[in-house]
Amino acid sequence: MLRATFKSLLSRKLRLILSGLAVILGVMFVSGAFVLTDTLGRSFTNLFQTAFVSTDVQVAAKAKVAGGDAGSDQGIASLPSSVVDQVKGISGVADADGQVWIDGAQAIGKNGKVISTFGSPQFGISWVGGGNQTINAGTAPSADDEVVINAGLAKTAGFAVGDNIRIITMQQSTPATFHLVGTFTYPGNRGSLGGEQTIAFTTAAAQRLLLGAPDSFSVVNVRAAPGVDDNALRDRIAAQIGGDYTVKTGKQLADDNASDVKQGLSFFNYILLGFAGVALFVGTFLILNTFSIIVAQRTRELALLRAVGASRRQMIGSVLIEATVIGLLASVVGLGAGIGVGALLAVLFSSAGGGGLQLAGIGVPPSAIIGAFAVGLIITWVAALMPALRASRIPPIAAMRDAATADRPLTQISIVGGAVTAVGAGLLGFGLSGRAGSAHNATLWLILSGVLVSFIGVALLTPLICRPVVSALGRLFSWSVPGQLGRRNSARNPRRTATTAAALMVGVALITGVYVIRSSVTASLTQLVNKEVSVDMIIYGQQSSGIPPTFDPKVMDQVKALSGVSETSTLYADAARINGDRTGLAAVDDVAALDDMAGLKAASGTITSISDGQLIVDQPEADAHHLKVGDQVKVQLARGPERTFTLTGIYAKNNVTSGWISSTANVADFSTSQASQGLIKLAPGTPVGPVKAEVNTLLADNPLVNVADRSDYVKQQSDQLNFVVNMIQILLFLAILIAVLGIINTLALSVLERTRELGLLRAIGLRRAQAMRMITVEAVVISVFGALLGVAVGTGLGAAVVRALKDDGFTTLSFPWAQMVEYLVLAAIVGVVAAVLPAIRAARVNVLEAIAYE
Amino acid sequence: MTTTAAVAGVAARATDVWKVYGSGEAQVVALRGISVELRRGQYTAIMGPSGSGKSTLMHCLAGLDTVTRGEVAIGDTRLGGLSDAKLTQLRRDQVGFVFQQFNLLPTLTAQENILLPLSIAKRKADKAWYDTVIETVGLGDRLTHKPAQLSGGQQQRVACARALVSRPDVVFADEPTGNLDSRSGAEVLGFLRRSVRQFGQTIVMVTHDPNAASYADRVIFLADGAVVTELAEPTADAVLETMKRIDVLAGTRSGAA
Repeated sequence: MLRATFKSLLSRKLRLILSGLAVILGVMFVSGAFVLTDTLGRSFTNLFQTAFVSTDVQVAAKAKVAGGDAGSDQGIASLPSSVVDQVKGISGVADADGQVWIDGAQAIGKNGKVISTFGSPQFGISWVGGGNQTINAGTAPSADDEVVINAGLAKTAGFAVGDNIRIITMQQSTPATFHLVGTFTYPGNRGSLGGEQTIAFTTAAAQRLLLGAPDSFSVVNVRAAPGVDDNALRDRIAAQIGGDYTVKTGKQLADDNASDVKQGLSFFNYILLGFAGVALFVGTFLILNTFSIIVAQRTRELALLRAVGASRRQMIGSVLIEATVIGLLASVVGLGAGIGVGALLAVLFSSAGGGGLQLAGIGVPPSAIIGAFAVGLIITWVAALMPALRASRIPPIAAMRDAATADRPLTQISIVGGAVTAVGAGLLGFGLSGRAGSAHNATLWLILSGVLVSFIGVALLTPLICRPVVSALGRLFSWSVPGQLGRRNSARNPRRTATTAAALMVGVALITGVYVIRSSVTASLTQLVNKEVSVDMIIYGQQSSGIPPTFDPKVMDQVKALSGVSETSTLYADAARINGDRTGLAAVDDVAALDDMAGLKAASGTITSISDGQLIVDQPEADAHHLKVGDQVKVQLARGPERTFTLTGIYAKNNVTSGWISSTANVADFSTSQASQGLIKLAPGTPVGPVKAEVNTLLADNPLVNVADRSDYVKQQSDQLNFVVNMIQILLFLAILIAVLGIINTLALSVLERTRELGLLRAIGLRRAQAMRMITVEAVVISVFGALLGVAVGTGLGAAVVRALKDDGFTTLSFPWAQMVEYLVLAAIVGVVAAVLPAIRAARVNVLEAIAYE
Repeated sequence: MTTTAAVAGVAARATDVWKVYGSGEAQVVALRGISVELRRGQYTAIMGPSGSGKSTLMHCLAGLDTVTRGEVAIGDTRLGGLSDAKLTQLRRDQVGFVFQQFNLLPTLTAQENILLPLSIAKRKADKAWYDTVIETVGLGDRLTHKPAQLSGGQQQRVACARALVSRPDVVFADEPTGNLDSRSGAEVLGFLRRSVRQFGQTIVMVTHDPNAASYADRVIFLADGAVVTELAEPTADAVLETMKRIDVLAGTRSGAA
């Protein structure tokens, strides 16, 4: 029995390769993800060990507004210089230096643009010297207009000692010019640690530009006296200076930082695992189809085996052994490819951003190997199970029958499909309703599994809709005989066509769904800015570094003076702790202007003016905290002590503005006193263009923000979805690749199965080119059918998401017709491409052999 | 009726045709210098034991297979050296086929199957001729059925109608009754003979069934890739008798040669 299985396996190498490829791709992404994160993780551990090699113990200030989403970001948290002296006096401390150290200084490049990194921090520090930073050219900064930078930044930006550099900092978003007096390196002559950029000022300049607080520091770096244990020293310092500070050893800092970065890296893991998921999900259809066709074609052979005494269990075993072999081979190849992909990505990652990350050597963690084989085998087994059961149900009498078993009715599969689709839609609906809560990402999982189950359900329903849709589609090609024949062939076996098309459906559905969401977002935003808001222009920026996108509020005074400007409002934003919760807080200079431009309506109290010590908030937030006008609210800003404010007004739910709003009296206690948004309203009839140009000129010295008119704003906001769209497009490419393999596979098997018919057609005069056209039409019909399904399902999914977000301002449902047509055309091209090999095979059918009797 | 005129011409001809498969020790000679002329408007049967080369001869005559040496012509067209495209066109326009099985496309109705060669050639059917053929095969009420809904005999009659509808120079039938019971077989054979008698169609049929051969005007006997003998206006008994003696006849012939 085993020998028979292996012989039949070897005789179908092509099928083996095609169906194995999908599994290989999936396994590749799974093992690649593990290899990448393992390699990068160890590299970062090494990196931080280097970074903190000369720190024995570090005392850090605790942020006043901490916790919540922002996690460990320390921001402008500072400790007074008295703490440095206090630490110096503790026994066991050899020396202690106060240092300013925050992620918040950016240099402007020679092209006038802010220099950015690929997510690596851009530190601004006070130069202390010693430690792990060594001047390798020039001297240390000695005046407040002098800086040194790390050699990596100097190389990236092309700065040389002696240059003047313009720099923006946390507290000053308009550039100031500094004299570059030196560059420094890290141990091992490294120019940068992991692509980081560091600008070092004198202590006084750093305190002013970064913390906005004189005579204070971010951290105190402590060197232990000889023979003093780091941990013991840490505990001693912590005990003496009290609970307002965190005290950690260098090793702890290295470990904590590494684990933070590793968490960040899990992002890559999710993306790669997402790719793997799609590849395997689509691949399952491919394998399922391959095995189904093989079993159908081998009906007589299998029946013969049954007739000569093979048991049902042996039949199932025979198919499953075949699946195991394919799964094992695909896992091995996929694991190898995954190690390659993981290594390649790790090298790419380390060389991006100036090549600062030294790779710790490519590692293959056990999880990669286990994951590869588990995924490869399980997927193949799952896909082969149904065909195996079907094989076992072949009666021995089928060996004597001539034709393959007739079409089984579609009733059962359609009922199951309907039920599964309903379950999927239910899961999706429940997930989107948000009632599942956020524990363990319940909502996300519900939505994902809803989508997945819906896909399976629709795939099961596909055979039922296959016949009418395919025959309607096929009419497009009915003008020629090969077209007609191809069309009929594609409607011949609904299950086969359906499974093949379903593979393509998944990819197209995902991308269509995302496009529906994006175009609805754009449409809703357009509606919003045009109908509900009377803002003509907005000054704002999108955060791309440690420095929030801010600008000098003085610009707004100049904007207000421009002719044609009727009203402006300047907003400042920061995180604050209000009644114990970390939340956003905006300060506004002219709340009446904001009310007018954003369409804020009072629900209770007054919202047209706010004085010092007063707050207003929106109705949903007030409800959530059970607050009413007149209540006292405890507010902790980034600086200063906790204060008590009075809630003086509540505004109705608004699609543009939400959350807490205060007066500008407290802006000095925000992390930065620079403005974050400027709203501009023009006098009726004033053209936007000239004013926008003037505002742009006024903003020349504020590189972190731009002025956007309504259409710019809508575009910039919906562009934020581009990353998702791009990722899904890569997914789509992958899914299409696998779907093409599926179409090739199905057609190749069909050509094989219909060799005799092809022989007959060729004998009675069908030309080679016509035979090829017949196969091509079949392929195109299948792929366009798949794309149609995908567009339909994707539209449904997208519309469901948009409807679910109705309360969040997505009021308009809009369909991306152009993209839908694009994907249908793409599908037709895919069909033509997929048909090439099977068509050549069909054209090469030897007429004599084809019509020869058995 | 143009019987007299048609008989005068030659529909297909093989001249000193050799067919050799493989080379060296594995060499098999299927045809050894066969020369036959198939006259227009005649019903010719080719008979012989298994391996005698009768199917190979028919495939070579029909342009489905190439010859190793010698010359094959259909009508005035010499097949040697024709490209695949030209051969395909020749088969489409000048030749009709009836095979033992897998004769019809399962996705097409009987009518569509019959009209298939014309559709492929983008030609319109001659309405009167089509009606005549349909009437002769007696399938009038079955035209919209798919092959799976027809009996074996009906399917084979559809195949015959398909072979005739384009008025080919020659219809080649390869064991057309091999898969049929005797009654359905007789129907098909009778229909083929009628198309020769009434319409002057040329038919070449390969068979190993003496009874089937008795429907023909002429029977050519093959053994070991060479023509052994032939019978005109044969009866089933005469054919059977000749088949029984075929080894002896083949021996005599090769002895004489």
